[in-house]
Amino acid sequence: MLRYILKRLLIMVITLWIIVTLTFVLMVTIPGSPFNSEQSSNETVQANLERHYNLDKPYHIQYLLYIKSILTFDFGPSISQPNQGVNDLLGRGFPISFELGIVTIIVAVISGIILGILAALRHNRIMDYLAMGVAVLGISIPNFILATLLIQKLAVDREWFPVATWQGPEYMVLPIIALATGPMAIIARLTRSTMLDVLTQDYIKMARAKGLSPWKIIFKHALRNALMPVITIMGTLLAGILTGTFVIEKIFAIPGMGKYFVESINHRDYPVIMGTTVFYSAFLIIMLFLVDIAYGILDPRIKLHGKDGD
Amino acid sequence: MGKDNILQVKDLHVTFSTYGGTVKAVRGVHLHLKKRETLAIVGESGCGKSVTSNAIMRLIPNPPGKITKGQILFKGTDLTKVSEKKMRSIRGVDISMIFQDPMTALNPTLTIGTQLTEGLRQHHKNISRQNAKEKALEMMEIVEIPNAMERFKQYPHQFSGGMRQRIVIAMALICEPELLIADEPTTALDVTIQAQILELFERIQEKTGISIILITHDLGVVAKIADRIAVMYAGKIVETGTKRDIFYHPQHPYTKGLLHSVPRLDLEGETLEPIEGTPPDLFSPPKGCPFTARCPYAMEVCNKVFPVHTKLTKSHEVNCWLQDERAKQTLAEVAK
Amino acid sequence: MKELKNTETIIPSNIPDEWFTKKRQDKTESEIVQRPSLSYWQDAWRRLLKNKLAMLGLVFLMLLGVMAILGPVFSPYEVNQADLPNQYQPPSKEHWFGTDSLGRDVFTRTWFGARISLFVGLMAALIDVVIGIVYGGISGFKGGKTDSVMMRIIEILYGLPYLLVVILLLVVLGPSLTTIIVALTVTGWVGMARIVRGQVLQIKNFEFVLASESYGTKASRIIRKHLLPNTMGPIIVQMTLTVPSAIFAEAFLSFLGLGIQAPYASWGVMANDSLGAILSGHWWTLFFPAFFISFTMFAFNVLGDGLQDALDPKLRK
Repeated sequence: MLRYILKRLLIMVITLWIIVTLTFVLMVTIPGSPFNSEQSSNETVQANLERHYNLDKPYHIQYLLYIKSILTFDFGPSISQPNQGVNDLLGRGFPISFELGIVTIIVAVISGIILGILAALRHNRIMDYLAMGVAVLGISIPNFILATLLIQKLAVDREWFPVATWQGPEYMVLPIIALATGPMAIIARLTRSTMLDVLTQDYIKMARAKGLSPWKIIFKHALRNALMPVITIMGTLLAGILTGTFVIEKIFAIPGMGKYFVESINHRDYPVIMGTTVFYSAFLIIMLFLVDIAYGILDPRIKLHGKDGD
Repeated sequence: MGKDNILQVKDLHVTFSTYGGTVKAVRGVHLHLKKRETLAIVGESGCGKSVTSNAIMRLIPNPPGKITKGQILFKGTDLTKVSEKKMRSIRGVDISMIFQDPMTALNPTLTIGTQLTEGLRQHHKNISRQNAKEKALEMMEIVEIPNAMERFKQYPHQFSGGMRQRIVIAMALICEPELLIADEPTTALDVTIQAQILELFERIQEKTGISIILITHDLGVVAKIADRIAVMYAGKIVETGTKRDIFYHPQHPYTKGLLHSVPRLDLEGETLEPIEGTPPDLFSPPKGCPFTARCPYAMEVCNKVFPVHTKLTKSHEVNCWLQDERAKQTLAEVAK
Repeated sequence: MKELKNTETIIPSNIPDEWFTKKRQDKTESEIVQRPSLSYWQDAWRRLLKNKLAMLGLVFLMLLGVMAILGPVFSPYEVNQADLPNQYQPPSKEHWFGTDSLGRDVFTRTWFGARISLFVGLMAALIDVVIGIVYGGISGFKGGKTDSVMMRIIEILYGLPYLLVVILLLVVLGPSLTTIIVALTVTGWVGMARIVRGQVLQIKNFEFVLASESYGTKASRIIRKHLLPNTMGPIIVQMTLTVPSAIFAEAFLSFLGLGIQAPYASWGVMANDSLGAILSGHWWTLFFPAFFISFTMFAFNVLGDGLQDALDPKLRK
């Protein structure tokens, strides 16, 4: 297990390093330097930028200092908001985005698994077709379209939910539905197909031959094995939800990090784009690492031997 | 129809509905089994022997499978009629089953101990964890697994194939059932391990008096431990008899064919003859004897009418038209 | 077919004696194959035809392809032909899908959007396949050290957050049709390479391949008869599923303001432009691009599912 963790840790560090280096390379290759364009006409901003990015120094020193600043969680100043640093924006926006993301993933996982199990247990019956119908629609309708649809139907036409901003639970319902439907659909489909596969395994037949109750067979024998593949895609799903928050926050005017990020793209506010990318990448890569560890704990072959099944 | 029969299967029919049509997998099987007896059901793959054993356990997936006709009397109770809940209390407790591949019969994510004791804990609700463990360790002794204490906490992937099959056997026997159905229990194992497992079966039967149904296509296995043999072909039993009857006086051409296709050390110089052709399509099984198309003795009648049941001795029964008086000429003709 | 009567009810003496003569053995009779044997692809195609949902997807995509090519040709309007007095016209005889905020014809723009979306989706899938097959193929066939190094690289790339990298690249390179496709494929091929490698590894060790090799079968035959049917399935399925994710990514990027720029009109751009319009009741400006994005993704997804079921050799009956 230790070997496995160390290996994952190494991969995590390399991936992080690639992201940091990539942002640096892109930053210095942007034609005409990103920091002296007309957007940063403000003198203090210009001074801040030069100080933070050490633009007067040679590239390799810039690179090392850039890495140092990132290791100390200092993402530098913002161009479009002269008195704020990227850290301030993150500090304000990220907790809201995090809240949105966490609730979404919980909703998606629970509903997706339930839907997948129901479909598998009622294979080729109405419940199966119904669940898979919902799932295929879920993966087909992009979250930003679902979001506008929900606003139109449930907030404008019916006024059941508030349209925008972030002031309490009722404000969360629509954005979370819009954001969770896609991942839920993916989880449901995966759970169903692995569950169907697991249910034909000999050890399930054996469990039935032992006279175990269907309840025990499903939860003790089948589900645990069926959920292993779901864990492996959690990283991808998290990344999808995280990038999904960009558009959802834009549509619902939620003052999260995603909204700042989209604004920074529109204003070509490079430090914010870079900082957010690095921060979010790091967040995701760490999440991916934790998912891998969780997988290792659940799979006895990895837990005991550190074997990494290919 | 003696009262000492622990199991009696009467005219069992099982069908599967598939895209291509209805497969008549089992078409009127009659079987009986006494206490302490080992019955082997022998036949090529796809002849319905596994379906028959799954039907006894009521483990036929429905849909697509269905028991359409017949009775399965276990100690007088018709298993085709009992509720699923009642059936669950029979599985593992009265009748147990083990499967072909010990590599896949154990859940990779649970410890051996958990899998051994869960049947016990299901059927004896108030057994303590400690007692269940003791019982499991005792079973592990019986199936001859060394270091039981340590092995109890391990996972399936830490066991070899033969050891896994021993665990599976221990799992099946832990609630002390009266009938064990073993579906190709040695097929997936090395030859030396096969012999060990078969000896284990014999010792367990001696100790516990359990009745065994052994499903196999391997006549070598049969020769070793079976008391009686039922030869199955295309969903029907074509010949039954004691081990002696079948090995020394086979009557049905299919039984003979099977015996000729097995290498035998005791008959030197004999050539191996595979049975030509393939079994019939069970989507639309032939009206007459299903073996007709491959049978060297085939007569007009075989194609048209399924052979009548002939009782040769108290133990030996066969379904073949060659038993009819009028077939003598054909027999003589082919013998030349 | 009539069920057999119970054996007990047959009275042997009722059977005519002449039936007990030896039947002339028809050599072929025991060899008759009951059902016609179909080649792998015929069989897969037959099963795909039976899948109604997949066929619906296929027909929709074919119609969409035709309309993407011919739709703008037959329309009397140009894609970017603004007609401010006629802004926000609801669907009518003149403008079947209505007009948008600048009075542009939504019908014409929708088919133009189809061109962009399908082009982006198909190109991305195609490039993914080429890189994926080369990379995964080398990795799988070479094995050993090469394989483990190549796999570590993939593992690391796999950890990169895909859309964030794409966004970053587009911010720097500037959005255009080419840069979007490049950005989408820079990390997109990884999944394909993994699948190809997995397939190659699995099949390399399959007993039937070893068996054919030991019979002295020619390599070309092994590839054609064994490797292709067994590897192509998952690759085709993955391709079918890459297209909708690329279409989604393009629309998503347009929505962030990083999409295809004028004079092109993609569905994502159209949807982004009409966000405000739905609140004022001009639903058609959003409905048509949204409908076509969703339905195209739906069609590719169900077609991919259908292909997966149809091409899986293990499911052959």
